[in-house]
Amino acid sequence: MRVVSAESMEIRISDDVVLVRQAVRKKSIALGLGLVDQTKVVTASSELARNTLDYGGGGKVLLELVENGTRSGLRVTFEDQGPGIPDVELALTDGYTTGNGMGLGLSGAKRLSHEFELWSKPGEGTRVSILRWK
Amino acid sequence: MERIPILKMGEFLLVTIQVDMHDRLALTLQDDLTSQIVKFGAHGVLIDISALEIVDSFIGRMLASIASMAHLLDAETVVVGMQPAVAITLVELGLPMRGIRTALDVEKGMQALRGAILAGQDDDASGIR
Repeated sequence: MRVVSAESMEIRISDDVVLVRQAVRKKSIALGLGLVDQTKVVTASSELARNTLDYGGGGKVLLELVENGTRSGLRVTFEDQGPGIPDVELALTDGYTTGNGMGLGLSGAKRLSHEFELWSKPGEGTRVSILRWK
Repeated sequence: MERIPILKMGEFLLVTIQVDMHDRLALTLQDDLTSQIVKFGAHGVLIDISALEIVDSFIGRMLASIASMAHLLDAETVVVGMQPAVAITLVELGLPMRGIRTALDVEKGMQALRGAILAGQDDDASGIR
């Protein structure tokens, strides 16, 4: 997979979640996604950006336009150096939460994406990546 | 501090969300609405989300909370104007928006509110008998 363009942003405060949504929207439009696909990837990114802030204590996001042969897509990767997720499988269960949310962030973001990758190590941090193909 | 305006229209309160809300702003709206319901003795709340390009689990939960709180304060809530792409995404996200009354536009929302309030009054009346 080839990375065509990349952009990185910090997630430190609640307003940054809004900025991430806007940046992902811009990239989705640049990729040429339809309105429904744009909405899905922006919504998934909003969930993950909030997780990075609330559970990871802040971090950063990487927005990449990627190509794989004839396909092009948008990959959004969230990374934090927070406490990590002890049980990844459990965290991906609908309705499971350790916070005040509804426990839909991770599982919902996964459903809204074509590809989903989650890496986490307790004490080291979490990295979540979603990809939507055009 | 930034706030979303709440308009009073007779016995209803009307809120039009026109900005991409950060989480604190959403919570402020929840607080403001509940106090305004009590202050004006409003029986209906109409929330226009036609300008919202996304509804994620946080905003969805806020809408559901507003509806529940309003109900406890004797007011019905109708959410109007959800964009089709938002509805599709919400279902795929897995957000249970149960208990939230919706309508396609403000006019239909007003009708739904009046209907709900009338139905509520009928219930009260039959309760007395």
